[in-house]
Amino acid sequence: MSNYDAIVIGAGHNGLTNAAYLAKAGLNVVVLEKNDYIGGAAVSRELHEGWTYSSCSYVCSMMRQAIHRDLDLAKHGLILVPYLGTVNFGEGDERLFSYHDETAAYLELKRHSSHDADAMHRFQTDLTRYSQLIRKTLMRTPPDPTSFRPRDLMELMYLAKQFWKLGEKEIYEYVRFFTMSAAEYLDDYFENDLIKAAMASPGIIGTALGVYSPGSAYILLHHVMGDVDGSIGAWGLARGGMGAISQSIASALQANDGEIRTNAGVSKVLVEGGKAVGVVLENGDELRAGIVVSNLDAKRTFTRIMDKDDLPDGIYDRARNFKIRGSSGKVNIALSGMPMFAGVPDNKYLNRGGQGFTGSLETMERAYDCWKHGRWSDDPFVESVIPSAWDPTVAPTGQHWMSNFVQYCPPTLADGPWTPEKRDAFGESVISKIERYSPGFRDLIVHMEVRTPHEIENEIGLTEGNIFQGELTIDQLFFNRPFPGYGQYRMPVKNMYMCGSSTHPGGGVSAVCGANAAREILMDLRRPNTVPEDDFYDE
Amino acid sequence: MKTDDRFAGERPKLSPFYPRQKELNIREAWSAWNGYKFAEYYYDLEYEYFCVRNLCGTYDITPMQKYEISGRDAETMLNRMVTRDVKKIGLNRVAYCLWCTDEGRMIDDGTIFRLADDRFMLTCGSPCTAWLRKSCFGFDDVTVTDITDDLPALSLQGPTSCAVLKKMGLTGIDEAKPFDIRFFPFHGEQLMVSRTGFTGDLGYELWIPRDLALKMWDELYEAGEDLGIQPYGEAATNMARLEAAFIMPDMEFNEALRTVNFEHDQTPFELNLGWLVDFKKPHFSGRSALLEEKQRGPRYTLTKLDIEGNRPATEAYIYADKRCTKEVGYVTSAMWSPAVKANIALAMIRTEHLESNLWAEIYYTKELRQYSRVARCKKMNKPFWTPARARATPPADY
Repeated sequence: MSNYDAIVIGAGHNGLTNAAYLAKAGLNVVVLEKNDYIGGAAVSRELHEGWTYSSCSYVCSMMRQAIHRDLDLAKHGLILVPYLGTVNFGEGDERLFSYHDETAAYLELKRHSSHDADAMHRFQTDLTRYSQLIRKTLMRTPPDPTSFRPRDLMELMYLAKQFWKLGEKEIYEYVRFFTMSAAEYLDDYFENDLIKAAMASPGIIGTALGVYSPGSAYILLHHVMGDVDGSIGAWGLARGGMGAISQSIASALQANDGEIRTNAGVSKVLVEGGKAVGVVLENGDELRAGIVVSNLDAKRTFTRIMDKDDLPDGIYDRARNFKIRGSSGKVNIALSGMPMFAGVPDNKYLNRGGQGFTGSLETMERAYDCWKHGRWSDDPFVESVIPSAWDPTVAPTGQHWMSNFVQYCPPTLADGPWTPEKRDAFGESVISKIERYSPGFRDLIVHMEVRTPHEIENEIGLTEGNIFQGELTIDQLFFNRPFPGYGQYRMPVKNMYMCGSSTHPGGGVSAVCGANAAREILMDLRRPNTVPEDDFYDE
Repeated sequence: MKTDDRFAGERPKLSPFYPRQKELNIREAWSAWNGYKFAEYYYDLEYEYFCVRNLCGTYDITPMQKYEISGRDAETMLNRMVTRDVKKIGLNRVAYCLWCTDEGRMIDDGTIFRLADDRFMLTCGSPCTAWLRKSCFGFDDVTVTDITDDLPALSLQGPTSCAVLKKMGLTGIDEAKPFDIRFFPFHGEQLMVSRTGFTGDLGYELWIPRDLALKMWDELYEAGEDLGIQPYGEAATNMARLEAAFIMPDMEFNEALRTVNFEHDQTPFELNLGWLVDFKKPHFSGRSALLEEKQRGPRYTLTKLDIEGNRPATEAYIYADKRCTKEVGYVTSAMWSPAVKANIALAMIRTEHLESNLWAEIYYTKELRQYSRVARCKKMNKPFWTPARARATPPADY
């Protein structure tokens, strides 16, 4: 039996961040990981010799710069490289190019619709205003609106002040925005369907909602409020794959004498006298600690590794009903050469960044219909990136790998459980979609990894394969995340905390959940805070 | 240049690489350097910066001044001119040097290549013919030839640079140590490659006779296509050199021969370049003044700062108190460093205040309104960006 100050369950990037800040404060910390590799969903894996896939998450924008800077992740080997150029493929020959240059981008929109080209300025302005406000809440613990503690009252005042600064009209708009669908919201700005479809696609990613479902507008915002070096809405790649993020945080943790144990799945959190006191590992070993932090999602934490009898009334049911529906799959493909796309110029600044196989709003909604009926779509929405065009470390020179994020893909099928054959058929639907726009694509394939929600759940433990550890709808956001009354990282059992994306501010490789939880833990332990404040370009 | 062009006398010169640069300068973002039309950037400043830090890029150093200095007295003459001991530069080695006025004020910095016992190449940012002529007084056998236009050059910098050169067929280039020079046959002539650069990263400089310049460009770009090669301009260079804490004329120092106001130029000690001044070697220009300065201590010291927040402290004053009443220096260069994730700056700080708590008063605008903030500065001892690959021999492929 070993004794620690703190045990963190799950070596995903948030668990590692949490542990790094606790270790920085002088705590004796161990991170327990069930797999023989660390990283959770921010992971790089060589599954075919010479190719390193970012198996799960694949691009980065939410990662808070303040944490990157404070943990000195650059010294620990992390470099984030922004990528440029996105092509959205419409039905038939229609293409929408996202040029990096503002004027070129404007003229491209104008090619589709003069009206929409001009409306884009208003859209970007409004979205920037909303995201500025949300960004201010990221590295802060949500206030408890029912509490009269000075800290909560002060935080509510802070929020009210930020809100008030928007002006009366925008306050109404903002509230409306939170309950709208992405498609309806975009109707307010644009007329061209491909432009709308392209702009709406971030509203469905990772979510079991369609472009016409209320609430998808916020998810759109969640995807554009990140930044790369202050360029809000920009996306980057981690050199070496997304695992480089986890590895660098792990290295920062180890530099502060933190410990990481792999092949150490937790079977149970030990609770004695209403307090968490340690964990039992799957191999039967018992570890004790003053506090226990779960980086697992809320459903997994309370229904899988905690005893129902150790929880206060109602928590088990809350956890069981926690909305964490899987909606997406991932197909990682090793390629012998750079794929070429029909109707796209051979412009390296344009054709090597992202590809949105978007179709139209109708295509996306029909793909969602399939999900509702327990089928994968045979005409899915696919969002792709070719990281090897930007990162020399992830594929042999001159060869490539393509990350394909696919919606929709249900966690359970109407016609019975997932099987390897069904998984491969799902992969085939993705290849044939890409092949439609990239003749000869199939011939370039060297290896592929197909991941349905079934694989995602079984490998990295995200319930139903939900990439956000719980859906980002307003009932599960901010002080309601994961459950009302538990929005401040403290869980219903004393000395037990949560630090994963099931907590505020939710999914994405941001490291914020882990850092925020560490700040609360250190406050409870009356230790000096080691977590930095956020550092804003927009201020 | 056509003679019927009435503006011929005012048009910038074109680098021999211009035909390719013209095609790749999609943004038409041109400025000028030493009379040459010169790219500020080609596609995007940040993109090019990341090529240097993540893949590789080329920077046209044709406009940099190059002088061949030869003759029996060449070594002694150079040793009399620069502050470093030229005798210690080995054959086929490069050394970073600077030279001063008799008052010990810095004229310029540059590199000296030893190509034979009696033959050197001196490179520097600004034309220097007149000062070289002056420095040759009293030496019988020394010839100075301006070879700037005859020896175009490209700086290839970034983690994949060695792999590109190997792919181009420069066998053995990976054995070159930092500041080594290697020669390779190239279409009947000679391609000189030095492991030097101005980015603080792994990198090389390629020196080629003028008539083979385009051929070299094409072969280099063919080899580099799958390794991310991209031309970069002045803007990305300035970012990379600041991360490496390298000084720039007109930023960190004002060339002594162009300085009107008393002591608005700098001494090497002020620029933290005291290590380049060798008092053990025979007499050199500025020696006595520099010795005095060394004993007295420099008035200012160039200091590397990591500043809180993310607003670059461009042209900020530095104070020894948060209320900004005691001014102790000024920022010379500042930027947000994407690779280091820090708000970095070089600043001239009055030496007696080096141990004080330092604050920068930073001004910036947001939608036409002026804002300011006072940010705490942390002094850094090492350059901001120092990847191990810059020193590794042989370097890795990326």
